[in-house]
Amino acid sequence: MFKNDLDQTTSKHIPFSVETIRAHFPILHQVVNGNPLVYLDNAATTQKPLTVIEALKTYYSLDNANIHRGAHTLAARATEQYEKTRTTVKEFINAPSSDQVIFTKGTTDSINLVASTFGKTYIGKGDEIIISTMEHHSNIVPWQMLCQSTGAILKIIPISDTGELEMEAFSNILSPKTKLVSIVHVSNALGTVNPMAEIIQKAHAVGAKVLVDGAQSTSHLEVDVQELDCDFLAFSAHKLYGPTGLGVLYGKRDILESMPPYQGGGEMIKEVDFEGTTYNDIPFKFEAGTPNIADVIAFQKALDFILAVGRHNIHAHEQELLQYATEKLSTIKGFVPVGTASEKVSVLSFLIENMHPFDVGVMLDAGGIAVRTGHHCAQPLMKRFNIEGTVRASFAVYNTKNEIDTLYQWISRIAKRKN
Amino acid sequence: MPDITTVQNEIIEEFDILGDDRESTIFYIMELGDKLSPFPEEERIDDNIIKGCQSKVWLATREENGKVYFLADSNTDITKGLISLLIRVLSGRTAEEIISSDLYFIEKIGMGSIIGSQRSNGLTAMIKQMKRFAIAYQAKSKAL
Ligand SMILES: Cc1ncc(COP(=O)(O)O)c(C=O)c1O
Repeated sequence: MFKNDLDQTTSKHIPFSVETIRAHFPILHQVVNGNPLVYLDNAATTQKPLTVIEALKTYYSLDNANIHRGAHTLAARATEQYEKTRTTVKEFINAPSSDQVIFTKGTTDSINLVASTFGKTYIGKGDEIIISTMEHHSNIVPWQMLCQSTGAILKIIPISDTGELEMEAFSNILSPKTKLVSIVHVSNALGTVNPMAEIIQKAHAVGAKVLVDGAQSTSHLEVDVQELDCDFLAFSAHKLYGPTGLGVLYGKRDILESMPPYQGGGEMIKEVDFEGTTYNDIPFKFEAGTPNIADVIAFQKALDFILAVGRHNIHAHEQELLQYATEKLSTIKGFVPVGTASEKVSVLSFLIENMHPFDVGVMLDAGGIAVRTGHHCAQPLMKRFNIEGTVRASFAVYNTKNEIDTLYQWISRIAKRKN
Repeated sequence: MPDITTVQNEIIEEFDILGDDRESTIFYIMELGDKLSPFPEEERIDDNIIKGCQSKVWLATREENGKVYFLADSNTDITKGLISLLIRVLSGRTAEEIISSDLYFIEKIGMGSIIGSQRSNGLTAMIKQMKRFAIAYQAKSKAL
């Protein structure tokens, strides 16, 4: 069988040196608007290591076939690789077994799956769903839609000025009527790390299930679903150095097995008969149609990369960058951080006094610096802070202090215009 | 008052001097925005907000002696700068001139690449709105 010789570069262990790591990411080595690219929009999506890019090419060049059906060699090869990624995801989040790992289109799709299946079955009129002020729209709108169709009620955990959940308020709104608590593990707009274990414990005490939106946490923290004891975990491959349009839904076995299917079609059935159809077992029950085979297979390489570098190394490096950036930018006149929680991942959201975030973003772009500006798909959170949006710099494993120095120089110049 | 073509060519020349320096170009646009005449508070109403812009834009008009005048504002400096260019080209002209104008300077100064396609849409929306006002004035004057 074809052996990708790039395997050697990311197998087992990558010694931690940012320069070595950067060498794995071809996209970083380019000039944008006359300046070396400084990519600080990692909370939106991370860049992909060469092994991921090569895996896509290899798959389509050598292994492309539909999975779980053909008797031929290529089909077997594709199926084997596809299922291997599932096993790696299982290990990555420490799920009890790989059939509890469902491939989806992304976090949004995973949450919608739960809303449409678990939600429609177990949440009814007068029942309550708890989310928080700092949710991404994809963890708000599916629940609003469910509430609209079922008559359930959405309850919101407020947050403090530092951008932390008001845990007392949470305890107060929790009740036997609460059927589901769906909370972001790490805020994409603020970087706040929420006390997930405590939330889950409290929710379980009243008999509620808990969905963890792990879109931002899985890339920065070691998320262990058994240790957390969450009922669902949703995340996206593209924020984990993997391909776009692919995500994961983890669920507890009894819940997944008791849930009706999401979509009907091929792959999700055991037997179709006009008298009645029997559904396949998990995870296939939730994977109707030909899945995103190529991206699932390439995602393996992204996970290999993360594991080879080591999640503790990634976390330590990112925390160092966060601290360095926060201290350095705080010296700039007019710099106002948004979200100052005591526990944060490497997300630095801020405003420059008297300036619109868009203007800051466009000027940084002139310097080859990619940041996100706007409401970050969290409009209720922006309203809470009475702002339209922020500038957000978010750091990943391949970012350097040098890049933060560049950011600092540009922000200093930009801020001087109005401060 | 120089005609629309002359004003456009002036703008193109000014931007030519800045060359490929994106930073200077952006700062220059923002400075143009700073110089925009203050927007009357009584015109800051929802009816005057232009849809299609990522940032907020207010546009008000008045007609005087057969000429159409524009006043505008935005919550972002770059957009303000862009509007100030449109105002420089189109404000104080007859409805006919505005309606038939071909605003080639926008492409010539490389605006698309600086502001990105989303804001180009905003710019297009602004121009459309200005022309719509002119069409309305023209219809009104013909009706009289
Ligand atoms: C916290 C959070 N939840 C959900 C999402 C949605 O992820 P996706 O667009 O990959 O479905 C994101 C992505 O920005 C996010 O940051």
